[in-house]
Amino acid sequence: MRIFDPHIHMTSRTTDDYRAMHDAGVRAVVEPSFWLGQPRTSPESFLDYFDSLLGFEPFRAAQYGIAHHCTIALNPKEANDPRCLPVLEELPRYLVKDGVVAVGEIGYDSMTAAEDTALAAQLELAAEHGLPALVHTPHRDKLAGLRRTLDAVAESRLPAEHVLLDHLNETTVKEAKDSGAWLGFSVYPDTKMDEHRMVAVLDEYGLDRVLVNSAADWGNSDPLKTRMVADAMLAAGFGEDDVDQVLWRNPVAFYGISGRLVLEPAETAALHEGNSLLRGGE
Amino acid sequence: MSVIREELSTRLGSEAAAWLGAALADAHAAAPPYQDLAEPPARDTASLDVPAPEPAAGNGVPPARDATSRRGVPAWELRFAAAGRVCSGPEAAEAARVLLLRTARPGAAAVARLYDHGSGAERRAVLLALPHLPLTPGQGVALVEDALRANDTRLVAAAVGPYAAAHLPAHAWRHAVLKCLFTQVPLAAVAGLADRARGDGELARMLADFAAERTAAARPVPDDLHHALSLALAAKEA
Repeated sequence: MRIFDPHIHMTSRTTDDYRAMHDAGVRAVVEPSFWLGQPRTSPESFLDYFDSLLGFEPFRAAQYGIAHHCTIALNPKEANDPRCLPVLEELPRYLVKDGVVAVGEIGYDSMTAAEDTALAAQLELAAEHGLPALVHTPHRDKLAGLRRTLDAVAESRLPAEHVLLDHLNETTVKEAKDSGAWLGFSVYPDTKMDEHRMVAVLDEYGLDRVLVNSAADWGNSDPLKTRMVADAMLAAGFGEDDVDQVLWRNPVAFYGISGRLVLEPAETAALHEGNSLLRGGE
Repeated sequence: MSVIREELSTRLGSEAAAWLGAALADAHAAAPPYQDLAEPPARDTASLDVPAPEPAAGNGVPPARDATSRRGVPAWELRFAAAGRVCSGPEAAEAARVLLLRTARPGAAAVARLYDHGSGAERRAVLLALPHLPLTPGQGVALVEDALRANDTRLVAAAVGPYAAAHLPAHAWRHAVLKCLFTQVPLAAVAGLADRARGDGELARMLADFAAERTAAARPVPDDLHHALSLALAAKEA
């Protein structure tokens, strides 16, 4: 079984997680840039983070045989902080880079005017750079947030077919599906979706354009939830090809819009002498 | 970096080769005039008067229409960022990036920005191109020292090339050798190892202490260590 986790914040996870993910079948991940829990106070703090998503984190992932890509954006929550807004001017330098496969996470948190502005600007950046967009739907007031998100997408130059609407659930899936966008579901231990509800959604709405992620981060989350969904699908009577479609082919197709996916993990050996490296004696 | 443009072009497909031609033309247009540089213009980039055609759309590379490009990012820097998805394989992409740097010859501020905000592959290219860029030793060594602080062994390996051999102070160079041994970067990556190790009693002491530490912990001593130690000790006796 091969698994592509299309939304996971590996910066917040340990190498034990990388090892366990590889053991569970995870061979590729996309790490969206997001809020770190502690608010940032300057654009430079974002730049160090973006550099890490394009430098150290892919290196770390490759040591465990996992291909790592990222999405770059000003996240919805920090779009409300004027100290962070200048990072929007820096995004064009990052959106051209090889490891960047989408603009994201963008979207709404509290549905403010500042979030409207940042979302519209970043949907335009996605269109300009030939990138799809990973759009998070808000945790609070989710259905209203989804509708406002769909309005913003409709007003942008980005076609809905280049948008992944994430953190969907039973109350938002139908309208999201009707929009033509890709459908993302985050499976969590206690909140968002769980694997059995996820299987029920797949039963009702089908597998087409559906992506499942762990969205694992620094909070209560589990990087193996993708595998648990796969197992739950098989237990519920879905076939292995169905699992492969949801947990591999669909994310490959969506992020493949960028033309930048490389599904072989980078070679981590410094020279070509068959060395495996890890941390050596450090 | 010994790959010249002709060699690289033969390794690329026709679309990527056309892209490289256009990219080098962008870099050539952005380059400062040669004046007080020790190194003459690179032969492999001197005859690029006619830009190659733009590649076909669909590879995610934004078209670069002129040397100033859009949103303030110079056209050749867009190419530098996009090399990986155009050139087949990381080695060809690396060679292309180094050629772009050698052609554009960016100044210290631009080099520092390309390095500081570069992906791992972009940082490696900057490190490999250092001997060919119009930098003072202090400016280049700062980047080498940064890379030697990294845990990414691909950066460590790129940092200990000819530029480090020529410019890295003794203390930092010895620690670079030791770091290679710690992180399993083969010492073959260390340019000028035999020359710089010769007569270096302090390096010999550091290597012997490291071997003793590994032995005390019942952990293997890297084979490369014995090679470096014999170099340093033999030279000392000579």
